[in-house]
Amino acid sequence: MKVGVLGIGITKFGEIWDRGLRELLLDSQLRALNDAKLTPQEIDSLFTGNMCGDSLSGQLHVGAIAAENLNINKPSVRVEGACASGSLALRQGIAAIESGSAKIVMVNGVEKMTDVSTEQVTTALMGAGDEELEGFNGLTFPGLYSLLAKAYINEYGLSRETLAEVSVKNHFHGARNDYSQFKNELTVDDVIDATMVADPLTLMDCSPITDGAATIILANEEVAKKMNSEVYITGSGLATDTLSLARRKTLLKLQAGFDAREMAYAQAGINVKDVSFAEVHDCFSIAEIYAVEALGFAKQGKAGELYSSKQTYFDGKCPINTSGGLKACGHPVGATGIKQAIEATMQLRGTAGKRQVPNAKIGVTHNVGGSGATACVHVFKRK
Amino acid sequence: MIFGIDIMAGIVGWGAYIPKYRITAEEIAKVQHADADAIKEGLGLTEKSVPGKDEDTATISVAAAKNALARAGINKKEIGAVYVGSESHPYAVKPTSSIVGEALDIGNSYTALDTQFACKAGSATIQINAGLVDSGMVKYGLSVGADTSQAEPGNALEYSAAAGGAAFIIGTNKEAVATIDFTCSFTSDTPDFWRRALQPYPAHAGRFTGEPAYFKHVVGATKMILEKSKMQMTDFKYVVFHMPNGKFPLRAAKIFGVTKEQITPGLIVTKIGNTYSGSSILGLTCVLDIAKPGDKILVTSYGSGSGSDSFILTATEKIIEAQKKAKKTEDYVARKEYLSYPEYESHMEQIHK
Repeated sequence: MKVGVLGIGITKFGEIWDRGLRELLLDSQLRALNDAKLTPQEIDSLFTGNMCGDSLSGQLHVGAIAAENLNINKPSVRVEGACASGSLALRQGIAAIESGSAKIVMVNGVEKMTDVSTEQVTTALMGAGDEELEGFNGLTFPGLYSLLAKAYINEYGLSRETLAEVSVKNHFHGARNDYSQFKNELTVDDVIDATMVADPLTLMDCSPITDGAATIILANEEVAKKMNSEVYITGSGLATDTLSLARRKTLLKLQAGFDAREMAYAQAGINVKDVSFAEVHDCFSIAEIYAVEALGFAKQGKAGELYSSKQTYFDGKCPINTSGGLKACGHPVGATGIKQAIEATMQLRGTAGKRQVPNAKIGVTHNVGGSGATACVHVFKRK
Repeated sequence: MIFGIDIMAGIVGWGAYIPKYRITAEEIAKVQHADADAIKEGLGLTEKSVPGKDEDTATISVAAAKNALARAGINKKEIGAVYVGSESHPYAVKPTSSIVGEALDIGNSYTALDTQFACKAGSATIQINAGLVDSGMVKYGLSVGADTSQAEPGNALEYSAAAGGAAFIIGTNKEAVATIDFTCSFTSDTPDFWRRALQPYPAHAGRFTGEPAYFKHVVGATKMILEKSKMQMTDFKYVVFHMPNGKFPLRAAKIFGVTKEQITPGLIVTKIGNTYSGSSILGLTCVLDIAKPGDKILVTSYGSGSGSDSFILTATEKIIEAQKKAKKTEDYVARKEYLSYPEYESHMEQIHK
């Protein structure tokens, strides 16, 4: 498979008080069109990832907004898969191109989260979990991931300090990323001493509440060649698992990530040794540990070693989350999957500035829905 | 707003009043099952003032106004206007200002009004009185800002919502202990904090109360007054910003390069909490209590909803004598009796019944 990237556009991620859902989306859409040097009329189809438009802004039908924003009436749908909404929209866009039903596709991700209280956001996000088994019984997402963390730590002895290195590294990268929400660097003590949220996860182990939008424009191989596209998507994988943690076979790995990775790597014809960097789903620090093992960078239970030996920095052996991840870059839920695709594109184009991975050839993105019920992996390659 | 230039008005007398009761952050944290140290560190607060069972905004206003009168040394019958700003007037309909006028025995020849604009209800009345005095419509005007703020049990505001007030007699420049050299306001419709008419407790918009609300307006008004007056922060001996907690005013200070020496004397919030309509103006009374002739003072209030009033004042020769004529703000701060949480609840229930 070879789907070309024509253009990328992303808003600043953060507390964007003066913009609502549609303005954020319009911003990234226009930036991407500008980068691709395309007019809206040249887009055949649009896919927009968004999870909480209805619960936090009273707005469903976001697909219609994406088209209206550009004053076009092309096919446009909203795609939802909790926090994986962005990458699922990407996969839908790729499928449209691969099926021949579209030549040029605009894929967006957008989320507006800061107009409501933290309590309302926490409730809305629990829609990504199992309402009957988890939400109804009082669990929230920090709680779910703290259960995972406890199981993992109990089995593999991951230390509190090593787990803290995940956020330290992500903030280091975030400080070097113009569009990230947080630009402050952290120490291990900053992470450990922060307010406890759900033991052992402190505030500094948890991704924040963020507004933001991101857009990527894709084309089939023929069009991409003509437009001198530098980056191609060569693999896409999607897998699911049980919605609730209670029904999983094990809590020590997020199996959907492994399955999606196998699918994507097989389609791209690569194995983990070929990968220059990865953007993974660190909704909580422990989730990055799980992600790194799912993508094959470390054996089961051993991911911590990459962090205690500081190998996951942009210039290290195994660069992970040069964007700053969800923790430092921010996590506007529907936009995250597209942000990952954009960061991958920037790295492969060589435009990642102070966080540029040297000689980046192949990048992987890994986006998860809920506590692992959905995992979506894509492989990006430099031309 | 037509920027105030060549205002011929000033503060002729000032007075503070803070109830003696206190409740500590620890005591509240016990009930909220919270980490008191984290709260104190996070909010920059230690304890707050609590009204007595038979104290309310009216009694606090009267007490502060009496101190202001003592310092002003004027014929009280010449007070031509009384304005009381609060977000906890005892009545939704029935003025506090007339209670104050009556209690002070100022006669009947005055105009009176209660005002509301969250925490800047009091500071705005200083502008009104300055205008009345400047135009010659009144000889003296009384401005009061006072509150016995309500906070919902279990809410974060419980740590800061306090009781207290300040009063100012405004007269001409010639009689002033501190001249009002400039004033301006920065206002927008920004719903960061509100209370519907029949609701007992206010609601707020979380993090939205920061950057787009407090900081936008406090910084906006302060920038405006510095530009128009062509003054710099280094010209001021004392700077006071509205104090919803112990952190926001320090952050505002950092933005303008205000020094610790300039901001600390007025930072009363760390000792008594946020007295809402009394907040920035009690910071002002702290500073007037110790100012020397020639000292320049910058005060910027903030009221949610939102707006900020900024003032530049200069202390005159008359301030030294006036300082001695009534209790200092510090005297009220030092006078304290601690309450347990049930006692605190009983006090709050009593006065808001």
